[in-house]
Amino acid sequence: MIRVELAKLFRRPRTYVIAGLLCLLPLIVAIFLATTRIPPPPGQGGAFLSAVLSNGALYPAAAMALVLPVFLPVSVAVLAGDSVAGEAASGTLRYLLIRPVGRTRLLLAKLVSLIVFVLFAIGAVLVTAYLTGLALFGSQPSAGVALPADVTSLSGVTITPAGLVLRLAGTVCYIVVSMLGVASIALFLSTITDSALGAAMGALAVLVTSQVLVTLDAAAGIRPYLPTRYWFAWIDFFREPILWRDIERGAGIQLVYLVVLLGAAWANFMTRDVTN
Amino acid sequence: MIITRDLTKRYGRTVAVDGVGLEVRAGDRYGLLGPNGSGKTTLVRMLLGLVFATKGEIEVLGRPVPKRVKEILPAIGAMVEGPGMYPHLSGRTNLAFFDAAGPGGGRRDRRTRVGEALERVGLAGIDRRPVRAYSLGMRQRLGLAAALLRTPQLLILDEPTNGLDPRGIREIRDLLTELNRAGTTVFLSSHLLAEIEALCTRVGVMDRGRLVLQDELATLRAPTGRVLVGTSEPERVVALLDGKVEHRDGQLLTVRHPDAGALNAELVAAGIRITEIGGERRSLEQVVLDATTTSSDRVEAT
Repeated sequence: MIRVELAKLFRRPRTYVIAGLLCLLPLIVAIFLATTRIPPPPGQGGAFLSAVLSNGALYPAAAMALVLPVFLPVSVAVLAGDSVAGEAASGTLRYLLIRPVGRTRLLLAKLVSLIVFVLFAIGAVLVTAYLTGLALFGSQPSAGVALPADVTSLSGVTITPAGLVLRLAGTVCYIVVSMLGVASIALFLSTITDSALGAAMGALAVLVTSQVLVTLDAAAGIRPYLPTRYWFAWIDFFREPILWRDIERGAGIQLVYLVVLLGAAWANFMTRDVTN
Repeated sequence: MIITRDLTKRYGRTVAVDGVGLEVRAGDRYGLLGPNGSGKTTLVRMLLGLVFATKGEIEVLGRPVPKRVKEILPAIGAMVEGPGMYPHLSGRTNLAFFDAAGPGGGRRDRRTRVGEALERVGLAGIDRRPVRAYSLGMRQRLGLAAALLRTPQLLILDEPTNGLDPRGIREIRDLLTELNRAGTTVFLSSHLLAEIEALCTRVGVMDRGRLVLQDELATLRAPTGRVLVGTSEPERVVALLDGKVEHRDGQLLTVRHPDAGALNAELVAAGIRITEIGGERRSLEQVVLDATTTSSDRVEAT
């Protein structure tokens, strides 16, 4: 079933359209930066954006910071919201279930295909951003990569290209875990409603609410438990030394959301009448 | 093959299926008849473990449903409320996906299996066009092919001839009869009387969630003890048979008499010209109307 899900994922044009759009945003930003050479003031604008002007090799990290707040979670929410509700709407859910595909297996296959999609999308963004960065900003050959000052708050710290790759790998893992949190919200809603759009909207509503509350001092009491609170903790991978505290907390929170919501999705799906 | 006891499904306050005791035997061609909204589809979904019963028991192929439904589903081919396909993929790919999704059957002969199923339903020549571009009839055939993919022992089909033209309906009927002769039990639901009358050996009639009738078609259509007589001299017949004529419609008379042959001899002996004569059988329509007369308050759906 997992193989079938993956085949379905990669035979749908929309998968490539979404990935293409995700790649397009950093590309557009890079073109503007490269032609004007006006860096955002430190502390503002996307993280890393001022640093990439001197070193294109950092552009993948900058691209992550660009797609993470809105674009990536929206696409994950759309796909996850569609995963069960979409099958129900097209009438294929009942045929899968009587094939028979166990309901637990079906949910697992959907989750795996979402993970693969996130990896695929992030991978595509990283590769295109790396190429864009090199082409438009150039790189510092062999001397090692200087970490951006506004991130490390220390200028002149350098890491090896291998170190950069490791840190990017850590970033990818962290973002996948964060997106799984999003996916579990949408997947849970997708087992409740037969409307894919409704499930995606619901998940986005949760995320937007969370992002608003994160910035609200009056909501400080619940801040550590909000799903988007630690989304940007992966930036800590680019500090020297790496600051693990927020990364660990963020991953922990996402795992709790994942387990609770997937459990709820499973419990709901197992006992649900499939009437569509 | 299929046995249900006191099967009931409630959605909130509405009762979709009410105390149904279905019995489908091995080798049957069973037709479940009923207007739209009479609970046929809900019943079929419960048999397949898609919808969970509020009350009652289901046994399919000797296993309790939904508890052990996974063991029997591989031996069942089903179509529920129209085919469900991925519209952007071709018919072949759709079938291959469904084939690969479940247990059993190797990858190697998947192509053969899909090809054979398509051939059975008359779609052997379909190309790579996506299902989106198919006509309703083609989709219906494709759904049937999906049900036949694993040469099932039991076919459960909900409105299988929807969207087909008369020739297509005939083809599907012949296919189902052929499969049935080869040992497949066929259970189908329909709101079309003629379809069930032409295909089935056993009939169940649903009305507002209840199974109001279930019997062999031959029994239901047993002679009524009346003979229909066509004659150019109806007055003479009425005079001769005195009181046995129940109904007169121009030159067509309905006579209470157990044996058409004996009545014919009697009339001919009296020198009366007979243009046609035959024992009256109840039509399935009459049977169904009789079984469902109580529902005068129903708002007809179709």
